Amino acid sequence: MEQQTKDLINNEITNNDVCLFMKGTPDAPQCGFSMAVSNMLRILEVNFKGINVLENQVLRDGVKEFSDWPTIPQLYIKNEFVGGCDIVKEMYENGELKKILEDKGINFKK
Amino acid sequence: MAMDLKEIETLIKEALPDAKIDIQDLAGDGNHYSATITSSKFSGKSKIEQHKMVYNSLKGKMGSELHALAIKTKE
Repeated sequence: MEQQTKDLINNEITNNDVCLFMKGTPDAPQCGFSMAVSNMLRILEVNFKGINVLENQVLRDGVKEFSDWPTIPQLYIKNEFVGGCDIVKEMYENGELKKILEDKGINFKK
Repeated sequence: MAMDLKEIETLIKEALPDAKIDIQDLAGDGNHYSATITSSKFSGKSKIEQHKMVYNSLKGKMGSELHALAIKTKE
């Protein structure tokens, strides 16, 4: 991966407390899995940045390598990779997602 | 692109021989699957690590030949 791509990803996850690499945008998701994660964050009223990887093929490939994770979406909270759709969904259902948000000092609807 | 259900099961079994695998073809199109995998090898590992073990067993097919595989791992 080129340094430029790495820097771009690092900047996004450093400058945005909650950052979702997704297909499409939160308002117009292009994939059911991306939509699911985006909707869970919206239900919890979390302020997050959705980054549309479909607009940038280099980023789309780069983030998979960066996280060592083969699929999109990918959720980062405070610089840490939390997981893809399945993991986030499980954490949403069992309360772990709220716990992480709480522990990391992110505002959400309790 | 699509992948056969049996092929997915075989690849996971190769990597996790003790695994109990329950796969469903969600849309009947050979492209959207859901799998619940139970293996003792997941013990002591984080969810991210567990899912990576499954992805690795698929040898790079995830995200290319295989578009969608929802994974649930259990110890």
